[in-house]
Amino acid sequence: MSSNKLGLDPALVHRARALAAKAGRPVVDMAQSHTTVSVERAVLRLAGVTGADPDGIPWVNRLVDAVRNDVGLGHGVALPVFHALAEHGLEPTPAELTLLAQKAASGSVRFDLPTGKAVTAAKKASRRQVAAGIKQIDRNRADRDKMIKRYGDPKQRPWIYLIVATGDIYEDIPQAQAAARAGADVIAVIRSTGQSLLDYVPEGATREGFAGTYATQENFRLMRAALDESSRELGRYVRLTNYASGLCMPEIATLAGLQRLDMMLNDSMYGILFRDINPIRTFVDQRFSRQIHARAGIIINTGEDNYLTTADAVEAAHTVTVSQLLNEYFAHEAGLADWQLGLGHAFEINPELPESFRLELAHALLARELFPDAPLKWMPPTKHMTGDVFRGNLLDGFFNLVGALTGQGILLVGMMTEAVVTPWLSDRDIALQNVRYVLGAAGNLHEDFVPAPDGFIQRRAHQVLDEAIDLLEKIEDDTLLNAIADGTFGIMKRPAHRGKGLDGVAKHDDGYYNPATEILEAPAKEEQQ
Amino acid sequence: MKTVVRPYGDTTGDGMTQVSFTLPLPHDKKAEGAALQLAAKMGLEPAMLVHAKQMGDGFTFFVIYGSVRHLVELDKVVVVERDFPLLTAKEVNTVVKQKMRRKLSVVGACIGTDAHTVGIDAILNLKGIAGEKGLEYYRELKVVNLGAQITVPELVAAAKAEKADAVLVSQVVTQRDAHLHNTREMSAAFREALPADKRPLLIVGGPRFDELMTDELGVDRIFGRGTTPREVASYLVHALITEKAERKKAVAA
Repeated sequence: MSSNKLGLDPALVHRARALAAKAGRPVVDMAQSHTTVSVERAVLRLAGVTGADPDGIPWVNRLVDAVRNDVGLGHGVALPVFHALAEHGLEPTPAELTLLAQKAASGSVRFDLPTGKAVTAAKKASRRQVAAGIKQIDRNRADRDKMIKRYGDPKQRPWIYLIVATGDIYEDIPQAQAAARAGADVIAVIRSTGQSLLDYVPEGATREGFAGTYATQENFRLMRAALDESSRELGRYVRLTNYASGLCMPEIATLAGLQRLDMMLNDSMYGILFRDINPIRTFVDQRFSRQIHARAGIIINTGEDNYLTTADAVEAAHTVTVSQLLNEYFAHEAGLADWQLGLGHAFEINPELPESFRLELAHALLARELFPDAPLKWMPPTKHMTGDVFRGNLLDGFFNLVGALTGQGILLVGMMTEAVVTPWLSDRDIALQNVRYVLGAAGNLHEDFVPAPDGFIQRRAHQVLDEAIDLLEKIEDDTLLNAIADGTFGIMKRPAHRGKGLDGVAKHDDGYYNPATEILEAPAKEEQQ
Repeated sequence: MKTVVRPYGDTTGDGMTQVSFTLPLPHDKKAEGAALQLAAKMGLEPAMLVHAKQMGDGFTFFVIYGSVRHLVELDKVVVVERDFPLLTAKEVNTVVKQKMRRKLSVVGACIGTDAHTVGIDAILNLKGIAGEKGLEYYRELKVVNLGAQITVPELVAAAKAEKADAVLVSQVVTQRDAHLHNTREMSAAFREALPADKRPLLIVGGPRFDELMTDELGVDRIFGRGTTPREVASYLVHALITEKAERKKAVAA
């Protein structure tokens, strides 16, 4: 698939990757030596703890908080929880684990760290229970493969990605099904604004959200079931996307695996930069969620497009490349394969700038050539959508054309009413008509499109790659955490000791045990041996 | 000056107007008739139905051109005109330096769950918007941009800590009127926390505000779509320095 239309020097590309790995390694080491409340809650969710107290606080939160109060988080929750189960004569089943959570919440259980033989017993019991959750994720992955075999993948590339966002899951469902009928291959249910800063995952089907619908296990289940119906009806497998981001990233990834979601937004730095979530919390949570996504066969979408909404799309083009390389490194390290890397980028250059379209082509092609086997997620213009819907529709057409010319894998459908209203039925129809026209008229133009050697597009792509390498060299000298603190990405300054959720981070103590990580990392280790 | 105008297609007074809408009907003759009936009720007469397209099972999208019979009476139009002089950055700095003899303190934020910092960043960040530098560029302004998803108590605390002369709040998300609720909550909190003479100037901005709603929302000024940093800076000088001086003069006289 690698065609080298840009004449990139393979040695430079190799160097860029090596630098990204060097910059990323200390962050991985940090992630491997810390845990968070959300990672531990995800472990309990895999073990089958469900439901919430009468105030809507999930039992996994109550249980993790109780354990943390008694013995801290440094050993993980698996050992104290499964030890307490045994001590109280409860069986290691989802039902009795939830019962333990209820008892813990009422203060009638005290947690201790097991010693001696009890350690082995607690490890064994927790591993068996968590393995059952992971087995469910494996079954879902097999089911997806079967359904894709039966119904087929979309006939064209890029896949057409549409958003629904009503706030009410029961309104979202008919809208999503209508969008699928109108041609959407991937449906994303946008989350309620503010969910990223909730330190718990809401429970049940929800009908109240702001500019989006809460991500809950039940909402996931309802929407996936509805899209299974659509897949049957349409004869192609319609994929479902949500957001593994914010303070509950590992838990949402877990719920996505348990409910057979197909794609998840999961950027390495988005939460840090745009939600002011603590960098350490984010990197620890992210590694675990990516391990889950890898196991679940979920395609991740990264969020580089967002940098360009705050920074200038030409000046900061190389920060997108750097972030893509870092996202790739973190993703590979967590076990994700290339086909699972929906690395992000966007059409956000000021249209008033001379040659803006050629610059867009250069940037999009650079991403394509650097990551030949990744699907790549191509995001439409938002920053320069002015409310002039006619001009907006034209810009979206050019955006679609770049997508076709550079073989993007996933195309988020641009709305001419961006920055005006949440899309109306007719806006979506017009937008899809735009996509269909461009893909129908020029979908295979990438076969003919080869930029002139040493022409404008090639030179621009080389320049961006060079700048990316320069920046990676600086990051390597200064460390990634410092680079983030200095405002390198998206012009946001985010020091490592600040931001939301830091109090939910704990350094591993000796004897930390996490059965999920143990299982998720096992196959990779076996392969290496 | 003319006091009555009509929309202009290609001839003065033709009243030509274009509208598009969706009706929850499958596309047939009757649906087209229904669209024309709606156009007539909107004042478009005669109207031409130029495009109709069914979407999904039970919806049809229409584009209609027609002559609108309504007249625009210019003498009855009410808007908020800019009632202060537009200054350059240099002029702003000079006035602040000479009249205030200290830096003018500005605190900005997106409040509530709104995560869209595009607006506040365009006004405050050095980078600015449309070639105009943001307030951080103004040497005599001290700007603190708290960013997104700031709670009202956090904002009040920051305004107190920074001894803010003005508080700028940006609101983009309008679902269920969140921008109005948030703004009212914010202005109420400032009224509660500080006596009138200590209260900073309260300014909100966002693409969906009605600029006439200042009293209803309890703020000093509302800025709508297309506002530039320079307008905001000029307003700050006008409201915090020029007007104050004039009021003092009036009291003295």
